[in-house]
Amino acid sequence: MSINIDPNICIGCGRCHDVCPGTLIKINEQKKAYIKYPKDCWGCTSCIKECPVHAIRFFLGEDIGGKGSKVHTEKVNGLIRWIVEFPDGSVKHIDIDPKESNKY
Amino acid sequence: MKIERIKTDLLIIGGGTAGCYAAITAKNASNAADLKILIVEKANIKRSGCLAAGVNALNAYITEGREPKDYVEYAKKDADGIVREDLLYSISERFNEITAHLEKLGLVILKDKDGKYVTRGNRNIKINGENIKPILANAVKKLNNVTVLNHVNIFDFSVHDNKIDGAYGFGIENDTFYAIEAKAVIIATGGAAGLYRPNNPGFSRHKMWYPPFNTGAGYAMGIRHGAEMTTFEMRFIALRCKDTIAPTGTLAQGVGAKQVNSLGEVYETKYGISTSERVYGTVAENLEGRGPCYLRTEGISAEQEESLLKAYLNMAPSQTIRWLENETPSKANVEIEGTEPYIVGGHTASGYWVDTKRATTIEGLYAAGDVAGGCPQKYVTGALAEGEIAAKSAVEYIKASPAPRQAQGPDARFKVAEPAEATIKDAEIARHVAEIETYLSQKNSLYTTEQLEEAMQIAMDEYAGGITTGYGYTEKHLNIAKEKIDEIESLTDKLSAADLQEVMYIYELKERLTVCKSVIAHLATRHETRWHSFAENRDYPEKDNIHWLKYVNSRLVNGKIKTFTRELTAEGQKNYEHQH
Repeated sequence: MSINIDPNICIGCGRCHDVCPGTLIKINEQKKAYIKYPKDCWGCTSCIKECPVHAIRFFLGEDIGGKGSKVHTEKVNGLIRWIVEFPDGSVKHIDIDPKESNKY
Repeated sequence: MKIERIKTDLLIIGGGTAGCYAAITAKNASNAADLKILIVEKANIKRSGCLAAGVNALNAYITEGREPKDYVEYAKKDADGIVREDLLYSISERFNEITAHLEKLGLVILKDKDGKYVTRGNRNIKINGENIKPILANAVKKLNNVTVLNHVNIFDFSVHDNKIDGAYGFGIENDTFYAIEAKAVIIATGGAAGLYRPNNPGFSRHKMWYPPFNTGAGYAMGIRHGAEMTTFEMRFIALRCKDTIAPTGTLAQGVGAKQVNSLGEVYETKYGISTSERVYGTVAENLEGRGPCYLRTEGISAEQEESLLKAYLNMAPSQTIRWLENETPSKANVEIEGTEPYIVGGHTASGYWVDTKRATTIEGLYAAGDVAGGCPQKYVTGALAEGEIAAKSAVEYIKASPAPRQAQGPDARFKVAEPAEATIKDAEIARHVAEIETYLSQKNSLYTTEQLEEAMQIAMDEYAGGITTGYGYTEKHLNIAKEKIDEIESLTDKLSAADLQEVMYIYELKERLTVCKSVIAHLATRHETRWHSFAENRDYPEKDNIHWLKYVNSRLVNGKIKTFTRELTAEGQKNYEHQH
């Protein structure tokens, strides 16, 4: 369970650093965010929701059944869109209306 | 390291669920408009504490036709009698008012066509709680005179003559030491995870149910300053989806999934459905060769499955990913397992021994949320209720307090001089700073903080009833656990840290070790097995109502944790005061 930050997309705004409940994300000398303590990530996805340029992907460690898929969210027309990129290149979208509550 | 002195009226340590709500309600109190309030949070209140990822239901609500006393009865039954009824009443009476307030603050709650909340079972309502923490944080931001210090770790109270007058902390990233003086303090740092070896000890070691950043700081600081604590033997073990440690209640209550063993037999009816019995049944079925165990979701409809995928994204997104990467719940049952034991006063009853106003036994110190004992099944609304009660009590206390006592003159060594009326002395600051600087200057330490943390988790797992032993222990086991924890603690003095974040990790380890010692002492005291798994005493495998319908409490005396018992509060009792 951890995250991966793409330095080519990151703009170094520091918002992921600010919200991480473990303060695990730091900004390096090139003004790029990186996760300093990847094993300490709780998997809360706060950083992913905060990132304005969608540079952060979240993945499951292989020890808990991860198969290499990468996940992030984007806001699309007021909906929260979860985007799952599978290793074979296929993509699944799940849209959640934040104004609607859970059925369960 | 810079040294900064801060003076406030009310200090709130921990800006999670209870801490944020304490600030919100303290400011709304009619007599508190002139008070300065400071929240100190080791992360950032926007996404810190238990609700960082969100929550998908409010599990403590009084539904139509029910009364607060029904909730008290439910919690009492789940804890098999070892609860404080006064505390449970005081939260239950506030659930619905607080829920309405949350909705006003912006929380989305599912309603039927008549505008009534849609309920799930007898006590739960359905929400979209993905953003519940930002909602609380925004409400805090709007308050005048409430200051928030983010990324500051508090590691010690300032207590004189059993009266709290502030706390010590340091900025994780700004090289600053903080000496904070306050007229009253609310401790709201949550419970303790990471005491025991976790379900996934490798790369995914922090993929746990409870926030891995909740290290028991509030418990440890109180224990060290002699606060009375209660019920640390009632550990909490959650029944979770295997690997991702995602919640199971949404499956059990949402789509009615039953617990089944590998033969397809429903076993939950055999062991009972209290929280501890659900875990115990799963452990027992595995031990007897009928594992693995599952929640039976095979065959649910496509519509149900879609709703589940969304519900978990709002709360524990890893489970949805796990399903999408492997088999979805309509195609395969969801394997379940018990977690490592946690100490958490919001689900079970471990924590500070408080009166009905949430005053601890240290004068001026109030406790709210997972750090406060005697009051299980708090969930979100209960933690908020305790934040509110603690805030009102603390404000009342501040208003009734006499002016602070006079102190010595300034000390020239410090950039900020000691004010004449300071309750925290320069010498006390210097002692705390020196300790931090020792960790920063020590080099070539043989052991790392991580190594000692793992050693602690292994010792607790094997000798104090962790996953490895099916949560069971004997007195002989506990004696070994105690020896090992003492030994590990003695090694912490030699640890080194490269920066203040690593210093925080050293303090977190020390906090956990203090909590471990308390857990061991409590487990050794209760000579019965009242709650399977939570306290599975193999020397005393039966429940003993004659001798143990009592609270087990403890206090640090001459450096040792001394346990003793107290009689249960009376049936229907709504008020409890400390006897001084």
